[in-house]
Amino acid sequence: MSDPPKKTFVITRFDPDVDEVPKTQSYEIAVDPDWKVLDAVNYIKDEVDGTLSHRWSCRMAVCGSCGMMVNGEPRLTCKDSVSQYGDTVEITPLSNFPVIRDLVVEMDGFMDKFKKVKPWIIRAKELAAEDGPVRQSPEELEEFKQFSMCINCMLCYSACPVVSNEPEFLGPAAIALGHRYNVDSRDEGASERNAIFRGEGTVFSCSFANECSEVCPKNVDPAAAVNQAKFNAVIDWATGLVLPSGEKE
Amino acid sequence: MEIEVLRHDIVIVGGGGAGLRAAIAVAEADPSVSIGMVSKVYPMRSHTVSAEGGAAAVARDDDDFEMHGYDTVKGSDFLGDQDVIQYFVQEAPKELALLEHWGCPWSRNEDGTVATRAFGGMSTKRTWFATDKVGFHMLHALFQHSMRFDQIVRYDEQFVTKLLVDGNTIRGVAALDIREGVMRLVLGRAVVLATGGGGKAFPFTTNGNIKTGDGMALAYRAGVALKDMEFVQYHPTGLPGTGILITEAARGEGGYLRNADGERFLVERDYGVGTKAELGPRDMISRAIIQEIEAGRAVTQGDWGEHVYLDLTHLGEEKIQSRIPMVRELSKLYVGVDPVHDPIPIRPVVHYMMGGIDTDIEGGTSIDGLYAAGECASVSLNGANRLGSNSLTECLVFGARSGRKALEFARGASEGDESSLRSEGANEAGRVDALRAKTSGTEKISGLRRALNDTMESGCGVYREEVQIQASVDTVQEIKRRFEDVEIQDHSKVFNTELISVLELSNMIDISEALTSCAVVRKESRGAHTRRDFPNRDDQNFLHHSLCHFDSTGPKVSTKPVTLGKWEPEERKY
Repeated sequence: MSDPPKKTFVITRFDPDVDEVPKTQSYEIAVDPDWKVLDAVNYIKDEVDGTLSHRWSCRMAVCGSCGMMVNGEPRLTCKDSVSQYGDTVEITPLSNFPVIRDLVVEMDGFMDKFKKVKPWIIRAKELAAEDGPVRQSPEELEEFKQFSMCINCMLCYSACPVVSNEPEFLGPAAIALGHRYNVDSRDEGASERNAIFRGEGTVFSCSFANECSEVCPKNVDPAAAVNQAKFNAVIDWATGLVLPSGEKE
Repeated sequence: MEIEVLRHDIVIVGGGGAGLRAAIAVAEADPSVSIGMVSKVYPMRSHTVSAEGGAAAVARDDDDFEMHGYDTVKGSDFLGDQDVIQYFVQEAPKELALLEHWGCPWSRNEDGTVATRAFGGMSTKRTWFATDKVGFHMLHALFQHSMRFDQIVRYDEQFVTKLLVDGNTIRGVAALDIREGVMRLVLGRAVVLATGGGGKAFPFTTNGNIKTGDGMALAYRAGVALKDMEFVQYHPTGLPGTGILITEAARGEGGYLRNADGERFLVERDYGVGTKAELGPRDMISRAIIQEIEAGRAVTQGDWGEHVYLDLTHLGEEKIQSRIPMVRELSKLYVGVDPVHDPIPIRPVVHYMMGGIDTDIEGGTSIDGLYAAGECASVSLNGANRLGSNSLTECLVFGARSGRKALEFARGASEGDESSLRSEGANEAGRVDALRAKTSGTEKISGLRRALNDTMESGCGVYREEVQIQASVDTVQEIKRRFEDVEIQDHSKVFNTELISVLELSNMIDISEALTSCAVVRKESRGAHTRRDFPNRDDQNFLHHSLCHFDSTGPKVSTKPVTLGKWEPEERKY
């Protein structure tokens, strides 16, 4: 057997207690061709340099922890095969987020944006457990299913040109989440969320770049959600002029 | 230095299925109560997210509580507590209905009712599902619903290092803020542990990196017994190499297990599963696969080792895509197999711990005001073998109950003496700071972890026997000694993940101590604990729970009666 191929990983390092600005560090390691990029980072952490910090957990593309920039593109590293890259692989923290340490970014702002869209079922009358499940047809489920698949990996925020210029922009994942509830047949809160969407820094800030949908590792298509949300927010406003309560039909 | 103190009425440790459900239960019961939720990860990263196949609750006309109860008792190999099981099956449909009200996108029948699928050891279709991403959807629905409640104050990425116990009453926790690198006290009049299991003590597991038995170890060190730790569930179908889970729903939807010769060995040979075949319980099917491997009827392929196949090719693309799309996604991504066309290589993999923190039916522990729910707890729903799809429901039923019980306790409880808690907290902060500053160690973290993983697999695998289990007991103690000399390279404060790894390793060593100690004294085969040297179940001597207490001189194992009821123990055959 020939020796396993070697690759050099050039990784951003930053410890705010020591470094004024981020620096890079190179690690040359033998890679298993079956590895994902995350496996290489974990190998470096475990066997080469214990001071490297990154987030990860499920290693099966569902917990959303391990997003990083790989050769300048936002990638979910547990899903991203190492063998597709050349001899040198550059790994940096997700763009458009403040960096806490090494590959770990600050995500409190991202979490706050989620809460802004009221991501829960709103009903005029609350149901009790004894009422049992509400009926929903497979077609009604299909209306929002795709938009409920977001794993909150934040890649779309790294890719979004609007987020990079306007950090307060609500952003693709949060808008898609609000839209997901708006088009859920069990929800009655669309008028509240549409009012939010008509505010500043939300759906009308989107520049149609479509980058968010291109990088999404779960095919959520947030760009489609933003477009639909934009349309619905306008319709809702126009309807509100006629029907003051803005109620759902 | 003064340690910062935060106060809430109730402190919940862990933000997965059980922790979020507990928090919501408290918030709904009394809006004036303040809840601190401390989690080492942001809640949507919790391992509940990786659960796939479904959540069990009676839903159809051809089903009833009696059937779900009996299936669970039999699945547990009669080690489940029957009062707990009866309560569980009655609450289950209500809890899953609530998840529906909170937005969980359950898959539907044409008439709009919730669809159910078949699962191992269940006598009818009672597993609710949202394709095959059920844990993901449940976790996100719970987390998003929890955002309604401003009184749930989250402390994300904060790692609890110690329970603060005064006499025999809980007073709160000491936690390391991972981002800042500082220790704080989060005090409360009741504490709920909901930290999940500890599958990462094993080398080959479906579990994510965060599953390190933290809450179990915290409770164990505080004097609470761990119960039934010897019962470790091996899921029959993990992907070779990574251990990534391929859901039982794949068999629920009609998938077959085949050996190297293409035989459906569960049908060809008597493995105790009868006509259930691929829908037998997990313990039996995992044993069957190991026997096929040992008989030379497995496939050996490179780094993957020996494995058999899960064949879905007869189901057709449409069914696979609509019912189990994640199975296809994971197979393509992690073993390069499209199950529409080719069988998936699989082998048994450590998946779930039936054992955990010893609790009563309300989640209460031997420490006043301390509760536990979900995989970290052993409320004795699952006994010696859990049925697939009971555990997501367990998180809801017992998360809610322990939350409500914690609230009831907190209302009548006093607050501890803050000055003594501060001094205890300062000591704990000193311990963690000293660990981070340590420059003398020579034992690599990854080396110790590997040694622990290896001995847990060799001593506490699908099949076990005295000599190997005893070797594991001894090796765990040796690793515990070696751990004193652990090497820390990272001495910095901000987001020091190496320090977290060391604390997690220490937790895994402690729960492994309890696990091996219980396994060596249970000289019978029951559920997932299968002894080659004692191949039969022995109700005369072992129809009891195992308890393991921490002691500075070494673990102390004792027993606790099983709560029987209407179902008398009988031979477990399907």
